[in-house]
Amino acid sequence: MRPFSYAAPTTVEQAVSLLEAEGSEVLAGGTDLLSLLKDDVEQVERLVALRGVGDLSGIDVSGGRLRVGSMTTLQELRDHAEASAAVPALGTASDGAASAQLRAMGTVGGDLLQRPRCWYYRRGHGLLALGEDGRSMVAEGDNRYHAIFPEGDARFVSPSSLAPLLVALGAEATVRGPDGERRVPVEALYRAPQAEGERENTLAAGELLVEVTAGVGGVRSAVYEVRQRRSLDWPLMAAAVSLTGEAPRVDRARIVLGHAAPTPYLAAAAGDLLAGGELTPERIEEAAEAALEGARPLSGNRYKVQLARVAVRRALERLAGMEA
Amino acid sequence: MADYSWPEADRRRQIGHRPARLDGPVKSTGFAKYPSDQNPPGLLAAKILTCPHAHARVVAIDVSAAETIPGVRVVHVIQGVGSEIQWAADEVVAVAAETEDIARDALRTIQVEYEVLPHFVTEKHRDRAPAAQPGAERTDGDPDAAFASAHRTVEQTLGMPQIAHMCLEPHGQVAAWDGDELEVHASTQAVSTLAGQFASELGIPATQVRIRTEYMGGGFGSKFSPDRWGIVGAELARKAGAPVKLFLDRDQEVSVAGSRPSAFARVRVAADEQGKLVAWDSDSWGSGGLPGTGQTPLPYVFSKLPNRRLRHTSVPTNLAGSRAWRAPNHPQACFLTMACLDDLASELDLDPIDFLDRNLDFTGRADVYREELGVAAEMAGWKERWQPRKRSRQGALQRGLGVSIHTWGGRGHASNCDVTVHPDGAVEARLGSQDIGTGTRTIVAQVLAETFGLELDQVRVSLGDNRFPQSGPSGGSSTVGGVCSSTRRAAQDALREVLARVAPQLEAAPEQLAAAAGRVFVEGEPSRAMSWSEAAAQIGGAPVSAQGRNPGPGRLISSGVGGVQIAEVEVDMDTGVVHVERMVAVQDCGLVINRRLAESQVYGGLIMGVGYALFEEWIPDPITGRLLNADMEFYKLAGLVDVGSLEVHMMTGPGYDERGVIGLGEPPVISPGAAISNAVANAIGVRVPYLPLTPDRVLDALAGRGGIA
Repeated sequence: MRPFSYAAPTTVEQAVSLLEAEGSEVLAGGTDLLSLLKDDVEQVERLVALRGVGDLSGIDVSGGRLRVGSMTTLQELRDHAEASAAVPALGTASDGAASAQLRAMGTVGGDLLQRPRCWYYRRGHGLLALGEDGRSMVAEGDNRYHAIFPEGDARFVSPSSLAPLLVALGAEATVRGPDGERRVPVEALYRAPQAEGERENTLAAGELLVEVTAGVGGVRSAVYEVRQRRSLDWPLMAAAVSLTGEAPRVDRARIVLGHAAPTPYLAAAAGDLLAGGELTPERIEEAAEAALEGARPLSGNRYKVQLARVAVRRALERLAGMEA
Repeated sequence: MADYSWPEADRRRQIGHRPARLDGPVKSTGFAKYPSDQNPPGLLAAKILTCPHAHARVVAIDVSAAETIPGVRVVHVIQGVGSEIQWAADEVVAVAAETEDIARDALRTIQVEYEVLPHFVTEKHRDRAPAAQPGAERTDGDPDAAFASAHRTVEQTLGMPQIAHMCLEPHGQVAAWDGDELEVHASTQAVSTLAGQFASELGIPATQVRIRTEYMGGGFGSKFSPDRWGIVGAELARKAGAPVKLFLDRDQEVSVAGSRPSAFARVRVAADEQGKLVAWDSDSWGSGGLPGTGQTPLPYVFSKLPNRRLRHTSVPTNLAGSRAWRAPNHPQACFLTMACLDDLASELDLDPIDFLDRNLDFTGRADVYREELGVAAEMAGWKERWQPRKRSRQGALQRGLGVSIHTWGGRGHASNCDVTVHPDGAVEARLGSQDIGTGTRTIVAQVLAETFGLELDQVRVSLGDNRFPQSGPSGGSSTVGGVCSSTRRAAQDALREVLARVAPQLEAAPEQLAAAAGRVFVEGEPSRAMSWSEAAAQIGGAPVSAQGRNPGPGRLISSGVGGVQIAEVEVDMDTGVVHVERMVAVQDCGLVINRRLAESQVYGGLIMGVGYALFEEWIPDPITGRLLNADMEFYKLAGLVDVGSLEVHMMTGPGYDERGVIGLGEPPVISPGAAISNAVANAIGVRVPYLPLTPDRVLDALAGRGGIA
């Protein structure tokens, strides 16, 4: 591993100030970043460990809102009775980080901002993996686990277990930086890089994720993940859905796919299609179909389109109580 | 000549019982020191820089920066300027340093310039292979006429990719010199043969090489030689004048340290109206990396099928050469054969077990298979649960059953064993064998304890050292037969010597005496007896020793086994996800020494089998030629929750026991791919022609998009 300095701030202000320097990276649970450094895929000048910043962890459910600090571990989230009662799908989503070891060390912020698993990126070819001739290694190589909604040259998938659900819930992220705090929809944390070297998140230098909050009153939500293995494995596809309205009536619906695009993929039209009606098998089928609108699978991942259809359908069926 | 035999069933106190693995406690608590746990004083760590290209020529190497890094002790160029490298992750430069981190830092500073050459890594497209080697066609009988007059014929193109051995302890060793004597703690399957290979490469006499392998973390056929990293490790240690630990990183382990060849084939097979096989035609190909790969034994098991034509093409690729993978060639031949027979049974509207049964005369052991098919069908509830493949289906989750049969040899290898009885009654066996995780230490102890009438804690087994009498490498399921027979012969001879010395005391002829339950006594007159320790005290000041060999007199071992496996799967028709619900394995292996460990071998085979049936494949990148999944993230192994319920039945008793000991390591891993594939075909109504049975392939088959892509 290349040498780096290690800073352990105790306040958010200190952390922000440390992160402003070029080459500084947040160290949260460390379950992935250290591997990236050991493999020399990423290089840092300084790691800023947030474990000692007490203000960043904790869960609060009050006034119809869920608040989760970014340094809360996935296991703490999983075990939190009020959070689970307010949003039962959180359990499914945090189980997405499928091993007890990862849940014990991994954090909510780390899950949301983890780096992609694209095997070209992980082998040092960059996030966009454009070869020396500028052609996409992903498009021309093996892309069985890649995006079915690529954006430009970004063909990796967003691997976060929690992001699809949080986006479906309309959650907000609180970001602290040198110029103070800003609150953005969780989906605004993400972007598809346009050029090699750009990150897949929108945090600026010196910014860190403080917490996420979501209104949970009157919202029903569900997550469905398609996994090949039952033991430790990435989902091949995930869908998160949230609905408001008195069942079976749907006032508003949000449908989000994970492992489908470089960012959590909000299938807005599919959600709109459900709004103002009842959740019937026919409408579920229509919504699942609509969620796939615009899918552009690569040479080796056409099956993921079908998996997306099934994931959306099954997530909605969970809410409709129609599970097989 | 002395008689060597196994005790009759009613006299066995150890053999056929279920004692726990003797080294279970030290392994499960972490006290067992594996080769990679050896940390002698002054130890250096070595790491290897590998080539990122699948085919390249080394144009320039600059190691000067590495040599100046504090803590770096030796920089050793393995493949210098001009070398042609034929696969990615091949070794180029090694560094020994005071810590692993320093060694890695040093590697990063080494500049290697390559001339990149064209590569080929996707052998399933054999038409694109630059160096495919078609073999001669072999024809027996008259297949054309037999196909022409057949009642039903199926034609299918199938395949399975190269997979890795994925040893949890990677390949490597700790090498230490004392003057011109070399001691190597090696993670190896071949303690007794390794020294000569090290010696010839290093230019020293074999007598100056000591190999130690008290424990090792898995080989599966990939750890029979020192390998280049072994020789390099010893060279680094010699140059540094300090012990050197060199174990491969995971990506190297997956990429270069062992794989099973792929196998593809277009198969035609036909049967008559009675459901009897009449003809086989296969055009097969496959790759074991750069060396290509040979013909697998087709048609598998049904080798007496009269009319057949075989063609095979070996396809070299720019990937590291394959190694013996548990039951070399058999899982591939089994899948290619049993899947096609299963499809043919469906065409004939026959229950596949019935179909196999009608054709058992084409195998070498019809009676064994018939009995095992009956046992397996009963265990699996086949009669009640099996439904024809052609049926109507409702709902996303579909269950299916599949069956496969397999065979293996398993004759004991050449083995020598010294057994010593000390005057205090302590008994020890010493042999240059190795326990590769199969329980060799435990079964040798059982043979000793059985022979001397002692308990397991009264005997000692010393192995894993080439200073002990030579014993064969652990490959081909040959160890159990080899070590049990050499140990039994030595133990019987040593016991006879002890009894001869005790006989006068008991006023009996030596041949009237027996040892059991910690006593030596006159057969039929148990009151004329003395304790084992009293008996041993009679031998005088010097221990009694005897050496036993295999092969040797007496019918202690045999070879040739048959096995039957049934898989039950559940397939999600919407997602293509396959889950193995249950595996039933019925297996013979002659006389079982330790029933618990025998069953454990079968469990292990089934677990590995579920892995290659559902998850495992080398994924070489067509662009770079590197493996895209040389890790444990996307090279997927079966976890415990993936393997379903495993049920094992060992065929033992009359008809089996008297054959003697036969090896068991390989057979149980042969059938799972075929049985699971057949179960999936039964569940979903169509054949998924390619392993592993991943969701994309299942969905493609359901959508009528066949092929082996």
